[in-house]
Amino acid sequence: MNIVVLVKYVPDTQFDRHLTGDNHRIDRNESILSELDEYALEAALALTDARGGVKAGNKVTALTLGPASAAAAVKKSLQIGATEGVHVSDDALAGSDASATSLALAAAIKTLGPVDLVITGMASTDGETSIIPAQLSARLGLPQLTFAASLEVEGSTVTARRDGDDVTEEIQATLPVLVSVTDQANEPRYPNFKGIIAAKKKKVTTLSLADLGLSADAVGPAGSLTQVVAAAERPARTAGTIITDSGEAGIALADFLAAQKLI
Amino acid sequence: MRAIVVFIDQIDVPGTLHPTSHQLLTLARAAGEPVAVVAGPVSGELAADLGAYGVTRVLHSEQPDLADYLVAPKAELVAQAAATVSAAAVLLDNGPQGKEIAARVGVALNAGVITDAVSVEPVDGDLLVHKSVLAGSYTVAARASSAVAVITVKSHSVEAAPAAAATVPAVEAIQVAFAPASLGARVVQRTPRAATGRPELEDARIVVAGGRGVDGDFGPVEELADVLGAAVGASRAATDAGWISHSAQVGQTGKKVSPQLYISVGISGAIQQKAGMQTSKVIVAVNKDPESPVFEIADFGIVGDLFKVLPQAVEEIKRRRA
Ligand SMILES: Cc1cc2nc3c(=O)[nH]c(=O)nc-3n(C[C@H](O)[C@H](O)[C@H](O)COP(=O)(O)OP(=O)(O)OC[C@H]3O[C@@H](n4cnc5c(N)ncnc54)[C@H](O)[C@@H]3O)c2cc1C
Repeated sequence: MNIVVLVKYVPDTQFDRHLTGDNHRIDRNESILSELDEYALEAALALTDARGGVKAGNKVTALTLGPASAAAAVKKSLQIGATEGVHVSDDALAGSDASATSLALAAAIKTLGPVDLVITGMASTDGETSIIPAQLSARLGLPQLTFAASLEVEGSTVTARRDGDDVTEEIQATLPVLVSVTDQANEPRYPNFKGIIAAKKKKVTTLSLADLGLSADAVGPAGSLTQVVAAAERPARTAGTIITDSGEAGIALADFLAAQKLI
Repeated sequence: MRAIVVFIDQIDVPGTLHPTSHQLLTLARAAGEPVAVVAGPVSGELAADLGAYGVTRVLHSEQPDLADYLVAPKAELVAQAAATVSAAAVLLDNGPQGKEIAARVGVALNAGVITDAVSVEPVDGDLLVHKSVLAGSYTVAARASSAVAVITVKSHSVEAAPAAAATVPAVEAIQVAFAPASLGARVVQRTPRAATGRPELEDARIVVAGGRGVDGDFGPVEELADVLGAAVGASRAATDAGWISHSAQVGQTGKKVSPQLYISVGISGAIQQKAGMQTSKVIVAVNKDPESPVFEIADFGIVGDLFKVLPQAVEEIKRRRA
């Protein structure tokens, strides 16, 4: 099986995150492999493990698009177990919106030859739009099984469960397929010492826009179809009144709600 | 006047219009001429409801493919209809399906897609979209530079209001030629979830959410929710434990809510939980550990045992109302 997993290098959600500059881009210092992509990687590795791993001809390519520093997301994926890495990197890509990003990602996936599965996380933890998977599926002409809370592949049939608010859907498609998995899909594994050593020998290919056959004005601000025109930081929330229950806190809660005109 | 398309799903949620559709139609009327694109049948009742919101034109399709496959056929319907009426914008709800239809319509029409809108203002013939990003730490204004703007709008971003004068919409059936690739992901089974009878999380004015601290017993949380007319939410620890449906999860990978009041009960306040609730107007926390990070953002915090505090609050609220 030939699987491509999309991995994004995103600002760590554990720290305060910021927009910078006139065009309100995300400050990408203190970045890490998006934790939601770890579920995508795990889904890919579990599928290949069940099929005899690399020895049986299975391959998991970790693909990222981002600045030079984003290579760290590929490296971490290789340490966790991906077979090889691809890093799409070009200065012209900075400031791409979802549409331009999905265009470049689709072009990059096309350079990888026939792929059985493209697996992504449910959303990036920075932009959080979760529209890239559907856009990629449209651009690649692959069926989409998105927001999969479970994933099974039998022969060439892929089955996923999708939990909506009112209904749970079971959806099915035939390979090749694009899947996005939620954090319900599995328990991601961690890199171990052996994996960290092995990663050093794994192949990482860097692709420029020219390698993708795209011109600079198809991506970046010029190729983007949306613009952020203004941004304001919200004042951080501060702690209010804290009381310790000495037997009357339920009444104090009712008092508070009444004072706020909420009851 | 330029056409503003509103997508209306009559397949997954048939019958009357969802409150969010009323809100989208109200918004569309402020921005141009609302055109409803309906997946599924248009009953007389539905047409009248659309007319009450000023819709003059309805394009719809009842092709079975719309129901049998995941979002791609619905996206093709919306894209074709939007092209037919030369729409300036397409508005959809912000649920997972709405966002995915938006994503695909964006590709089909080479249109910019903006998700998670909390308000949309018509400015100089353009739609300026306000949304919050980075887990609520920034608010931004964005616009699409493409001929068509595709925008998914969160519930309650607009107050729904019927048109001053009702219209009688012209209802046209359209036939979509679905691309083979759109018929790739088949829905093989649909299992409806039992309704709780409580308000939906994203619609509710008040949310009471329980975490690992409830230790398997959502009773006190539900009783407080019911006396307040609130929705019930949960932390991932509580949904992972199977104490409550995953659809109740609030947070980074659950629902993002901004109610008037969020009562966090037995939840520590991990960053992923905060990401879904810290834009609430008022936050109340009940937790027995004074060091819990939730107290850093609570307007009113109670260090105490939820099994004592909640029942007492419920009794007191009932007593005051009696
Ligand atoms: C990729 C990823 C995505 C995630 N997405 C989400 C998400 O969307 N939403 C989410 O919530 N979490 C999410 N999490 C999990 C998150 O990191 C926390 O693990 C989770 O929120 C903890 O839930 P909790 O606060 O209920 O449990 P705990 O952290 O165990 O806290 C339980 C709290 O209950 C209190 N307590 C115990 N007994 C009582 C009592 N009798 N009375 C009062 N208080 C009591 C304790 O003092 C404690 O503070 C995610 C994690 C990851 C890795």
